[in-house]
Amino acid sequence: MAINTEKNSYTIIFSILMVIVVGALLATIAQVLKPTITENKRIEKQQNILYAMGVNENDESSANFVAETDAAKLFEQYITEQLVIANGSAQADDKAYLIDVKKEQAKAKAGEERRLPLFVGEKDGKKYYIAPIRGKGLWDAVWAYVAMDENMVVQGAYFDHQGETAGLGANIKERYFMDDFIGEHLLDASGNFVGIAISKSNADPLNKDKQDNEVDAIAGATITGDGVSAMIRNDLKLYVPFFKNLKKTN
Amino acid sequence: MALLSKKDSKLILDPLADNNPITIQVLGICSALAITAQLKASIVMSISVIFVMGVGNIVISLMRNIIPSKIRIIVQLVVVATLVIIVDQVLKAFSYQLSKELGAFIGLIITNCIIMGRFEAFALGNGVWRSFLDGIGNALGYGVILIIVGFFRELLGSGTLLGFPVLGDPIAKSGVYSIGYENNGFMLLAPMALIVVGIIIWVQRSRNKALIEEN
Repeated sequence: MAINTEKNSYTIIFSILMVIVVGALLATIAQVLKPTITENKRIEKQQNILYAMGVNENDESSANFVAETDAAKLFEQYITEQLVIANGSAQADDKAYLIDVKKEQAKAKAGEERRLPLFVGEKDGKKYYIAPIRGKGLWDAVWAYVAMDENMVVQGAYFDHQGETAGLGANIKERYFMDDFIGEHLLDASGNFVGIAISKSNADPLNKDKQDNEVDAIAGATITGDGVSAMIRNDLKLYVPFFKNLKKTN
Repeated sequence: MALLSKKDSKLILDPLADNNPITIQVLGICSALAITAQLKASIVMSISVIFVMGVGNIVISLMRNIIPSKIRIIVQLVVVATLVIIVDQVLKAFSYQLSKELGAFIGLIITNCIIMGRFEAFALGNGVWRSFLDGIGNALGYGVILIIVGFFRELLGSGTLLGFPVLGDPIAKSGVYSIGYENNGFMLLAPMALIVVGIIIWVQRSRNKALIEEN
């Protein structure tokens, strides 16, 4: 029996069947793989947070996370407290690392209260405050985990991006860029928050001056760099009251 | 007794050189520009395209007699899109790091004109086995050029290969940098991909004069 594939009714039936089959197939695959994917994302977050506070397996030049299998254990070991800052006060919440910064930013835009997660880590007797931040690069989102001490001096940072240009903007996740932030001050000399600018006109390319609130930009990645500057300025600023409070209580 | 008949092996070998999808048919230039700044991205993109083309050609070839010709382009798009989503999801679940690095590139496979081109030109009119070989052959031909371009762009642009600093350290001035060599940042920008592809086309045509079109 030959089918007449030119008939309109055949075309319609064919498309309906095709959509049902493809839809069912994709839905099944998504459902089956979802738990694994969520778990991967959770581990990655823990690795990122640990990386920022210096718990990583960096060798001379490349950035390496702790092993996936150890991430949960090390996270438990090094992160002593997870805080959620909302309505001006910090509450302990051991699910803080599951807060989606993107959703919180959208909430803030809609005029609602934004919850700010903050992780308190301790390594070799030193306290680290790690904040997740998020902003826009050239093509898509950029985000970071920034570890600070109680004076808002950066102790370590991990940057990542969705789709910056390979070889240019994508280099924000390279060691030579991320390591420049270590020791850099977020406050100016009189204690006002100014952030850290990714500067093209930096007279300090070797980054010897840690109080200039600037790090050297990546050539060819101006807009990504500006996005990172803006992200640090806008998002870390929100944590300033917390650190002021911290000083008062200590 | 060869594994493939002469006609079949032509399907694999032709696109590698004399009928290369990028340098001869000038298809798939868009992704050749976008992702070749690093060798690693080129390699993974090639592998993903080999998978999508091989399987896609099989699926289209199997359905070639029942696809209504009026909506055949839409059907082809649906097949590519489905395969790409499957690749994306599987990578996310089982090779998370890799999928993060590839990010947008996986989605870009959908827009790769070589794939639609081969569905339309070959798989709709040929049997399953031959379509499969044609898909693999063209994807390989595409991959070879991608890898060559990626090799030169990463080497000359960043001084690294697959992330390893093969030319020394540009900041500490070791290796070739100690005699005044500098990385050429221009290699990382899209226009240089076109120029590298152009050079490959030039080399290929001067080696094989039959490829030169007559005016």
